[in-house]
Amino acid sequence: MFQLKNIRLHKILHIPDLIIEGNRITCITGESGGGKTTLLKLLNRMKTPDAGTITYLGQPLESYDPVQLRRQVVMMAQDSLVFPGSIRENLLIGLRFSEKPGVSDDVLKSMMEMVKLRKTLDEDPSNLSGGEKQRLALGRVLLMYPEVLLLDEPSSSLDEETESLVISRITDYVHKRGKTLVMVTHSKALAESIGGDHITFENGSPKPMPGGA
Amino acid sequence: MSEIIELSFSQLAAAYVFVIVLIVIVKAKGIPREKDILLASVRMTLQLMLTGYVLVLVFENPHPAITLLAILLMQTFAVFNIYKRIKSPLSTAMKQIIAFAMISGTALSLFFFILVVIRLNPWYHPQYFIPLGGMIIGNSMTGIALGASNLVDGIHKQRHIIEGSLMLGATPQEAVRSLANGAFDAAILPTINSMLGMGIVFLPGMMTGQILSGVSPTTAIEYQIAIMLGIAGSVTLTVFLMVHLGAKSFFNQQKQLTL
Repeated sequence: MFQLKNIRLHKILHIPDLIIEGNRITCITGESGGGKTTLLKLLNRMKTPDAGTITYLGQPLESYDPVQLRRQVVMMAQDSLVFPGSIRENLLIGLRFSEKPGVSDDVLKSMMEMVKLRKTLDEDPSNLSGGEKQRLALGRVLLMYPEVLLLDEPSSSLDEETESLVISRITDYVHKRGKTLVMVTHSKALAESIGGDHITFENGSPKPMPGGA
Repeated sequence: MSEIIELSFSQLAAAYVFVIVLIVIVKAKGIPREKDILLASVRMTLQLMLTGYVLVLVFENPHPAITLLAILLMQTFAVFNIYKRIKSPLSTAMKQIIAFAMISGTALSLFFFILVVIRLNPWYHPQYFIPLGGMIIGNSMTGIALGASNLVDGIHKQRHIIEGSLMLGATPQEAVRSLANGAFDAAILPTINSMLGMGIVFLPGMMTGQILSGVSPTTAIEYQIAIMLGIAGSVTLTVFLMVHLGAKSFFNQQKQLTL
């Protein structure tokens, strides 16, 4: 789905050759500051490489309008964003930004159940805990049903039990709908438990891990 | 009583009693502001005297080039004043946008006001053009400085929200919409407030000046209403141009936020 060749960025990132397959889950692990988040931002054109080429579905990334591309390749940032407004408005804002039709409260509630966020839709999300804000941000991107999901540390603020439940629901979601997920995670164990492709970053370069399914 | 009271030197000197009172009070209270008060009083006196002589010269020799030069000088001063008032670092593009919005917005409003509202003949009559231009430029300067401060600070502070919105497929305009609207609102609020309080809370300077110089209050009020509307229009136009173009300048062709 994505092919990166001879990518260089700010002397921190060097990717000679990397393929990210479609309809699969790819986990990215590695030391902090090693270029994991930057790789995600290259895939949705939030960053542009200094050198090299990236293709998406066989076409150079530059041939896509950046906004249209980001509506297909949706990224959830590491710091869980809360927008002004209620939980309902926060869940719907991704659909609004990407000019997709809204959904009913029932759909929103089932999404909240999926990410294990037990709150009411009218609540003010600014008082949520870090973990709850993270699940709200997850619910927001999952509602958009994008072709590709880029998740940056989506479970970093969750306790082990909630993390395992939420991640398994996300992987089900991706498999059932034939979507592509590229996920940065701090936990090698989590990456291995998911069983998709696994890339680890060392000194700004990717090393495919053996044993990827 | 309709004739104007000309102030003699001794009468004007008597007004400086206020400055002396101020200095005595701050000295007694131990507030170290005497030098600033003295400097401000001297600068104000010299600047106004100089302006007075220049205006006499300009009014006695009306010429379109001189009127336009005076307006251009005011514009230049206003633009640099805006740069000075904004504490956040300004990009070259943002500086150019501020100058463009300020000059084009005020010029358009001023010419509409002079040609359509006042119907000044000849159009460059400095006695009207220069003070009206000064009011329109001065108020627009305050508006743009407020709006640009809010916009630039807001974009720096809300960088994560803006980038997060872009990642969700928002257009750059949508990603900064509420911030840009907030900056616009903050910039026009003083003008709206001043319209609300006008005539009740305070009597505006131009109207007071005209009344003092013997113009009938009804005529003075007509001018005041017209200039307030002109100011409101100019502030709106200049701030709109600045916010609209300014917000765009923070994004590159790849629709990435560039800070």
